[in-house]
Amino acid sequence: MAEVLVYVDHVDGAVRKPTLELLTLARRIGEPVAVHLGANAEAAAKLLGEYGAVKVLAADAPEFAEYLVAPKVDALQAAYDAVSPAAVLLPSSAEGKEIGARLALRIGSGIITDAVDVEAGDEGPVATQSVFAASYTTKSRITKGTPVITVKPNSAAPEAAPAAGAVEQLAVTVADSSKGTKIVSRTPRESTGRPELTEAAIVVSGGRGVNGAENFPVIEALADSLGAAVGASRAAVDAGWYPHTNQVGQTGKSVSPQLYIAAGISGAIQHRAGMQTSKTIVAINKDEEAPIFDLVDYGVVGDLFDVVPALTDEVKTRKG
Amino acid sequence: MSLRIVVCVKYVPDATGDRHFAEDLTVDRDDVDGLLSELDEYAVEQALQIKEAADDAEITILTVGPEDANDALRKALSMGADKAVHVEDDDLHGTDALGTSLVLAKAIEKTGYDLVVCGMASTDGTMGVLPALLAERLSVPQVTQLSEVSVADGKVTGRRDGDTASEQLEAALPAVVSVTDQSGEARYPSFKGIMAAKKKPVESLDLEDLEIEADEVGLEGAWTKVDDATERPARTAGTIVKDEGEGGKQLAEFLAGQKFI
Ligand SMILES: Cc1cc2nc3c(=O)[nH]c(=O)nc-3n(C[C@H](O)[C@H](O)[C@H](O)COP(=O)(O)OP(=O)(O)OC[C@H]3O[C@@H](n4cnc5c(N)ncnc54)[C@H](O)[C@@H]3O)c2cc1C
Ligand SMILES: Cc1cc2nc3c(=O)[nH]c(=O)nc-3n(C[C@H](O)[C@H](O)[C@H](O)COP(=O)(O)OP(=O)(O)OC[C@H]3O[C@@H](n4cnc5c(N)ncnc54)[C@H](O)[C@@H]3O)c2cc1C
Repeated sequence: MAEVLVYVDHVDGAVRKPTLELLTLARRIGEPVAVHLGANAEAAAKLLGEYGAVKVLAADAPEFAEYLVAPKVDALQAAYDAVSPAAVLLPSSAEGKEIGARLALRIGSGIITDAVDVEAGDEGPVATQSVFAASYTTKSRITKGTPVITVKPNSAAPEAAPAAGAVEQLAVTVADSSKGTKIVSRTPRESTGRPELTEAAIVVSGGRGVNGAENFPVIEALADSLGAAVGASRAAVDAGWYPHTNQVGQTGKSVSPQLYIAAGISGAIQHRAGMQTSKTIVAINKDEEAPIFDLVDYGVVGDLFDVVPALTDEVKTRKG
Repeated sequence: MSLRIVVCVKYVPDATGDRHFAEDLTVDRDDVDGLLSELDEYAVEQALQIKEAADDAEITILTVGPEDANDALRKALSMGADKAVHVEDDDLHGTDALGTSLVLAKAIEKTGYDLVVCGMASTDGTMGVLPALLAERLSVPQVTQLSEVSVADGKVTGRRDGDTASEQLEAALPAVVSVTDQSGEARYPSFKGIMAAKKKPVESLDLEDLEIEADEVGLEGAWTKVDDATERPARTAGTIVKDEGEGGKQLAEFLAGQKFI
């Protein structure tokens, strides 16, 4: 069976969930071969094997952390040369897309970004995209070279399928021309203890209606009762009420959870672009004319400062 | 020595309009008004600030797009850029990201540059890959997704806020930069700027000028093919209740019914 390269997104060997989704999708088109760049490949390999990686190509070089993107393209290209895969899958993060694009150019292939599904087709993998703020669903494929496809988080449910997952060292030479952009310093983001926004099954977001940073704990309390991640609209972020890393939308994070709850958010097209593929959408807004109500499965017209705390209490009671 | 800045801007269908695909499954550009991609306004703004901080700099706005894309160029010129280049050719219809990057790279080389500034993503394709593709094609550093950028002493520095960390980046010129909407609000064109823009030069180039064969771009030359585009059916109307004291409870009931609680 043809091999499919899967680029592993991880933090020091802790594999992030979108990679397991990629492995699951890769199995539809071939045998997944994971590419792990950086430290702790052995730790990662165990999990990657559980989710179907027949092998793990591992390389660690200081250049991956010292320079932006390009050294990782060199490494992925080395993996490509070693395996001659039928396709290459990467996560649709900013970095995943940039690595994928540069690889595609080097190997003479096309690229499809932000796929929400990938299936095998007669003429190679078929990618589904959800475009124009999710108002259209397209099916596309790559016509030249080896398909390079980046996939959005939450596009598939990870399914275990134990495979060998044996680690093989990958020899990588980082070209001098790949050392152009120096990473002078790096400040890791502090963990909030809540689920990662793009990976969370439930997201609770607050907007301008939250009316102040001091009120965001109302949103956080609901999120915590549901085990959810916290999101925010750009209006709330621009006002300084919540960090930009939590912004949902076109220029923030794109989320696709099982449940999205929007409180005090009007539903501007740029916000919708980042959440419209959520499976179930709920809104709380005091304006019954708010466009967000066009999207919802369930909406409450009311003051969020009444509805959200009441909901939080009810969730806590029901969960006991 | 003058700092030559090229800003790549895209002319896109207005996202607040009702966007559609045409019969050949390319974007229908006739049924919705086009405009300068809002995210590229941030690129123009940062270029203007870089110019203001430099001794001597010149900003060229570059677009690849149909005749109407001229509107996007005029907007950027009225914000304060110096001149523009418009690549226009019937054979460009249906070009994908790899093809677009080829055309942009050739036009950038022809124009001459020390710094290329792009938006973080277009508001239609929203791929966010063009800047990286340009860096690869031009063999210069990629300094992308910056929320803060500055240029001094032949170097570009900036901050990239990623998923798990915030990074401080540095590269020597020439380089390709892309900026996010966190980089700073774009200025509005002044009346004076709008009048001045009318007199600024716009150079028009076609594929022949760039020594690109028609079959390297367009629908025919594309590395990707859209086989199907279906308008998403309108969501079936959801249940909407008015909170009269029981809104929170009712919502909890719904969530429990859906097994979220
Ligand atoms: C290029 C570009 C990119 C953008 N990217 C993004 C993006 O990534 N994400 C994003 O979100 N936006 C983005 N925007 C901004 C977007 O256009 C909207 O301005 C923004 O989403 C509005 O946020 P909001 O819904 O919180 O605020 P508003 O539109 O002001 O809505 C606030 C809502 O809260 C309701 N409300 C007020 N008080 C209460 C209360 N007590 N209880 C209940 N409801 C209440 C109001 O009725 C109103 O509907 C972008 C814009 C541009 C131009
Ligand atoms: C809904 C949709 C989905 C698409 N999906 C794919 C796909 O999966 N694969 C694919 O190969 N193509 C795809 N395309 C085509 C692709 O969008 C175009 O080829 C486009 O010109 C390049 O991609 P982008 O605009 O998304 O660029 P982005 O990488 O999002 O744009 C980043 C920056 O590049 C600059 N830029 C982009 N285009 C131009 C231009 N024409 N002139 C000047 N500067 C520019 C701007 O500074 C912009 O801010 C898609 C198009 C649409 C409308």
